[in-house]
Formats: sequence, C-alpha cells, structure tokens
Amino acid sequence: MNKSVFLGTLAASALLAGIASAGTLDDVKARGELICGVNTGLTGFGAPDANGNYQGFDVAVCKAVAAAVVGDASKVKYVPTTGETRFTALASGEVDMLARNSTWTFSRDNDLKLDFVAVNYYDGQGFMVHKDLGVSSAKELDGATICIQTGTTTELNLADFFKANNISYTPVTVADDSEAQRQYLAGACDSFTTDASGLAAVRATMPDAENHVILPEIISKEPLGPAVRHGDNNWGDVVRWSFYALVAAEEKGITQANIEEVAASTQDPEVKRLLGLEGDLGAMMGLDKEWAKRAIAASGNYGEIFAATIGESTSIGLARGLNALYTQGGLQYAPPFR
Amino acid sequence: MTKATFVRKEMLPPQEAPASQRGAIKWARENLFSSPLNAILTILGLLTVVLLVKGALPWLLNGVWEAGSLMECREIIAARHGEGATGACWAMVRERWHQYLFGFYPQPLFWRPTLAFALMFVALAPVLYLGNRTVNTIMAGVVTVLTVLALIGISVAFPQAIAGADAGVAALLAVVIVLGALTAVAWLAPRKLMILTLLYPAIGFYLLWGGSIWGPIGALAGFAILALVYSLTKGQLGVVVGTGAGVVAAMVWWLAVQSHITGALHSLLPFSITHVDSDEFGGFLLAFVIGVTAIAASLPMGILLALGRRSDMPLIKALSVGFIEFIRGVPLITMLFTASLLLQYFLPPRTNFDLILRVIILVTFFSAAYIAEVVRGGLAALPRGQYEAADALGLDYWQAQRLIIMPQALKISIPGIVSSFIGLFKDTTLVALVGLHDPLQGVTKVVRAAIEWKGIYWEPYIFVGLIFFACCFSMSRYSMYLERKLKRDHR
Repeated sequence: MNKSVFLGTLAASALLAGIASAGTLDDVKARGELICGVNTGLTGFGAPDANGNYQGFDVAVCKAVAAAVVGDASKVKYVPTTGETRFTALASGEVDMLARNSTWTFSRDNDLKLDFVAVNYYDGQGFMVHKDLGVSSAKELDGATICIQTGTTTELNLADFFKANNISYTPVTVADDSEAQRQYLAGACDSFTTDASGLAAVRATMPDAENHVILPEIISKEPLGPAVRHGDNNWGDVVRWSFYALVAAEEKGITQANIEEVAASTQDPEVKRLLGLEGDLGAMMGLDKEWAKRAIAASGNYGEIFAATIGESTSIGLARGLNALYTQGGLQYAPPFR
Repeated sequence: MTKATFVRKEMLPPQEAPASQRGAIKWARENLFSSPLNAILTILGLLTVVLLVKGALPWLLNGVWEAGSLMECREIIAARHGEGATGACWAMVRERWHQYLFGFYPQPLFWRPTLAFALMFVALAPVLYLGNRTVNTIMAGVVTVLTVLALIGISVAFPQAIAGADAGVAALLAVVIVLGALTAVAWLAPRKLMILTLLYPAIGFYLLWGGSIWGPIGALAGFAILALVYSLTKGQLGVVVGTGAGVVAAMVWWLAVQSHITGALHSLLPFSITHVDSDEFGGFLLAFVIGVTAIAASLPMGILLALGRRSDMPLIKALSVGFIEFIRGVPLITMLFTASLLLQYFLPPRTNFDLILRVIILVTFFSAAYIAEVVRGGLAALPRGQYEAADALGLDYWQAQRLIIMPQALKISIPGIVSSFIGLFKDTTLVALVGLHDPLQGVTKVVRAAIEWKGIYWEPYIFVGLIFFACCFSMSRYSMYLERKLKRDHR
C-alpha cells in the first residue's frame, strides 16, 4: 500500500510536470522567477558581495532577462555552478539559463546540446610574465615554466600554441586562479596564462603590479556568452534578444537614466519599436510590449554594465577592446529590431 | 688503640641529587638526548620549529585588523614595518566573518541560526552526559550566557539585524527567558530535558528554514501516528509487524495526507516566520546543518545496517551487505555529483527537490555504511557467551540487543564511531564541488572574487581551519571522556 501510494504520487507529479513543462518561457512566467546558473565566484563577472547580493557583468544578463520576462530584475534565483556542474545543471533543467563566462565552442554547441545565444564578452588567452624576465612576446617563452589551470580550454590552447610555434615549455598545474597567483608570485613559474580579463584582474591586485607585464599576444578566441538548452528555441530567442536589447540601447544612446525621457521624445522608429511604442515585437516572442524597456532599465545598456562592473573606471580596469560597439572598432553588434 | 675522635650522632640531611640527575636537565637527558640518534632528532625537530616560527611569527604579528581591502592592508603593513615586510590581512575576516558563519542567510534573521545552534547544545546535553544534572545545568547556563553575548555582538555588528530597538530587546528577552527556563529545567527535572532533545529536529528545522509552523508540527505528527499505530497493533500482531504498520501509516500521513491538513490548519491559524531558502545557507551554517543531520541520522541507520548484516534472514542480510559494500565502494564525491546532477534526471522534470536535502541524504547514506562496519567490529568483539547468556535469560532479539549486546558493542566502537563523525564533518567541505558555499572553498571563493580581497591566500584557510580544529578537537576529547566514563573493567 505504501509503495503504491508513493508510485501513484510520483506518477501524478510526473504527469503534472509533463503538462507544465510546455516551454521554459512558460515555466519562468508561471514560477515568477528566473533560475540563472552563475559562477561560484569570478571577479567582476559574477559573485555575491558582502551582503550576499549577486553582482557582475554576467549577472547583469540574468537581471535583464528576468526584467524582460517576469517584469522584475530582482526576481532571479542564482544557482552557483562550478566548471564541472554547469552544463549538466542546464541540461537537467536545474537552471533555466547559464550566464557564466562559458566559451562557445563547436563541441559544446553540438555534442553537449547547448545553444549559445549570443556573445556578451569576447575574451582571449594571454600571458603575464615578470618584467625582469625581459620577454616582450609570447614566442620568446621557449623553455619557460608556465602556471596553468588544469582541465580547462586554456590548457589545450597553450599546448596548441607552443606546438604551432615549435617551442617548448614546462607546465606547472594549479587548481584555481588564487593558487596560480600564489605560485607565480612565489617564482614557481615564469609566466601565468589564463583569459586576458582574468589576467588583468590578477595584475590589478598584485602588491607590485608594475613589475609584471601582460604580453601582447592573445593566443585563442574565447567568446563567452549566455547558454540555454538545445531545442527550446523560443526561450533561446528571449534570452538572445534580451541581451541584444542592451547592445541596441548602447547603439542608440539609451541609458538607465534617460530611458523615460527617450521613450517620451524619440522620433527614431527603431527606438520606438525597441521600447514598445510602435509595432508589437514583444508579442512575437510571447512577451509584452515593454519587455526591452524593462531589460534596459534593469542595470543599464551594455556599455553601462561594462563600465560599472569590469570597465576602466573599476579596479579591474578592462578596456572595451573587442567588446566595443562595431561603430568603435569592436565586435558588439545588435541585429536590427524590426 | 686509637680513640675515636668523632662519632656522628645524628643522620646527615639528605642532599639534593647531582645537577645532572634532577629537574629539567634530567628530564631533557632522559627524554630528548637519551641516545645519539635521539639527540640528532631533537636538534632537527627544534630547528624545524624555530624555522617555522621565524617564518610565520612576523607575518602573524604584523597582522592588520582594520582595512578596507588587501591593498590597504599592504600599505598599512609597509607603513608600519617598512618596505618588504609581510603581514596577515585579518581585516578580511573582520569584514566577511558573517559570510563564513552564516553564508547568505538574511542578516536580520541571524538570531535564528544562532539560537538553533545554542539549543542544539542544550538538547544534546542529556544525551552526551547521560542525565548528569550538574553538567547539564552548567552547560545550559553557559550556553545561555554565550548566546546572549553572541546576539548582542550580532546586533552591534549589524544594526539593521534588529528591526526596531524595542523588537530587538523583546527578542533578546525572549531568548533569555527560553534558555533560562531550560537551564532551570535541567536543574529541577533533568529527565524532562529529553523532551527538548526529541523535539529538537523540528525546532531546529523551523528556526533555520522558517515558514509556517504547521509544517514541522505535521512532520512530528507523523511520528506520533507511528507510535500510536505501533502501540495499538503490537499486542495482536507482534513487534515487527506492528512497527511495519506504524511506518506504513506514518508514510501515508507524510506523503499523502499531511500537506492537505497542514495547509488547512495554516489557512485557519496562519502563524509563520520568514521563510529562508536553502540556497541562502552557506559557510559553517551549511557545514553544521549537513554534518549534524548526517551524524544524527547515520548512527541509528548504521546500527540497523550492522545488525542486518549479521542477521539470519537472507533477504535482510543481502540488502544490508549490498548497501554497505556499494556505498563504501564509491567515493563521496561521486555521491555528491549523483545528488546534484544525476538525481535530477531521474526525478520528474521541474520537481523542486532541494539540493541541500539531496546532499544530506547521500552524505547520511555514506556515513551510515561506515558506521555499520565500525559497529559490526564492536559486535564481533563481543564473546559468544554474551549472546548465549542473553538467550539463556529468555530475552527476545530486541531486548537482548538493547540490554546486553549494544551497550557493550557500542562502547567498544566509540573511538571508531567518533573518528567516522569527525571525518564526516570535515568531508562537508566537499560540497563546494557541487556549487554549495562550504566555508573552506565556497565562501573563500566568493570572498576572493571581490576585487578588494582578490589575492588573499592563507588568511581564510587559517581562519576556517581554526574553527574546524576547535570542533573536531572537542569531539575527540568528548570521545575520550566517554571512554573513561564507560570503562568498567580493571585493566
């Protein structure tokens, strides 16, 4: 009897769940909360602050999506994921989307059945060396010892780069960034390699930053972006266009501060469509008219988010570089809102 | 004939032993320099200690407690002790201690885990000290004083933690009254304190997670139903079937009936405190929730498994052996990944089965399998005559276990059981691998992700290590106390 009740409950809940899981968008709307997979802690990109509130460049994407879909940027449940658990957490339905500096690669897209919907940060792998080593290019690192995090794409990129240039190196494997920094400062390795954004953050917090240089070579492409489950295209579109709304807002000069003013006075038809004053773009995705307005108002446009979390005015001090708008020599480019 | 010129009349006062045969020199000669090899080892040991202290002491002494960031710490140390001096940056601990202790638990509610922690000791006292009235009372009293101090400390550190001054004073008064009453109970009616011990799981759960009061009451009602059905059916059906019927009735209540009734009761009498979600748990709060629950649940489960493994019933024996050997054959990390990733695939989509609960269940299984083997060792150490004596007295199986076998077997197994528990408590830090904020890695990673504290390395490990040491060391001292207390032979 006990067993049959249990199985009955299980079957009933499975049935209910089957009906409920029509699509992630409907689930999120019904739940009134977005479940966003984020990093367990990465400087500038996503980490809880001293009061436990999640902040950062990736976290801002979660907030924008929540604002667009649920109508409130604070209605996000952040699920910290590690490098090992992130993709399974997404695939098993534990999170609705990942915004966790994950590199968009062919095998992740096809083999792991993820959909990377956009690129919110174009990164690349770089090297940091002690200044007194007298090295000015990564190609001069023949025979160097290099601190490298195990089990990452950076490890593979490093091997590829040295093989391609026919030079040798000795790897010193470390578990995470803080250990790498420790080993590098203690002189256990000549050079430390990771994503350029990570290098900049590490250098910014070194006691003797002036004695270390980041070499000009970027040896890999690391397009980092939000990802969703393969097959739920409607939800993928929602996340993608919520992000592009932020980029388009920067292109059009719409900021968190002036958005109401722009909405009241604009004559630009695309801005009108974006802000829901004309046409009905939101309804095409299953959202209301003001979805993009709320997404932009959540933490500002793409440029504002960049400046507030990792930009040159912060201690991390990253330049826009590849992440500038296409009009300023970068790669960020929003498809037309039409 | 020579005449004796001097004859000693009285005894000489005893002289002190030669300098080489007394005091520190003798001790050193006997213990440190008794042979050339020992002398060399002593010198090497002393050198190591001196080098370690020489390296670490300035760093510890130069420690800075008041700074806003690691950079500021470095500047202060450079200004005080000159360029190139190193020092610890304890300011990080000062800024972030609450995250190490409570994780992301809402700050205004910090009093709840604190009170739950305090009550845990009061509830444990009757079990740990076997109804010793003096010890129980002292423990309850000390806990009361410490809790009040801790709550005052928290409300000073987080002024917003207490919404209004009046409410704060009222809450503090309530805590003092509750704990004071418990202290009085411990002194006046020590046996009554066991009621708190039995209710503690529900009280602790309610304090930590909050929500409607009817949830924990409903869960407790399940146990009441179990006891009721058991006592009603025991007479006709016997102990085993009675227990089975009780368990079935309780399961029906928990799985099918409870939520409706508690829901109805809640709409009638809505009494609830703020609900706190599991994902806001972190730091030592998380370590203690997982550790204490798993320890408390795995001991009875382990004993049952050990008995099952020695059982004559083939099915029970096979199940027990299979469970124990399977769990012991799999690393804990695999179990954690199963909890966090694999279970989600088997459960119906969109079921919201709390990650911390999943982790607690699998950690409990893991620990129970080890406890079972430790207890089985104790059972195997008992002479056959003890079992035969129990049978000769006409005791049934459970009576024999309760009165004769278990008291002796568990006493033998104490060191093994406690070292399993210490291992389990430390293993709770592994939950960082599934993205939970354990104190050692999870919270430290969060702290290091803040640009102010990026690059800090030893300080978090030392801070967390000290707390872990205090907990594990007290557990080990307690087990030694218990062994001494239960010693009945005269070896």
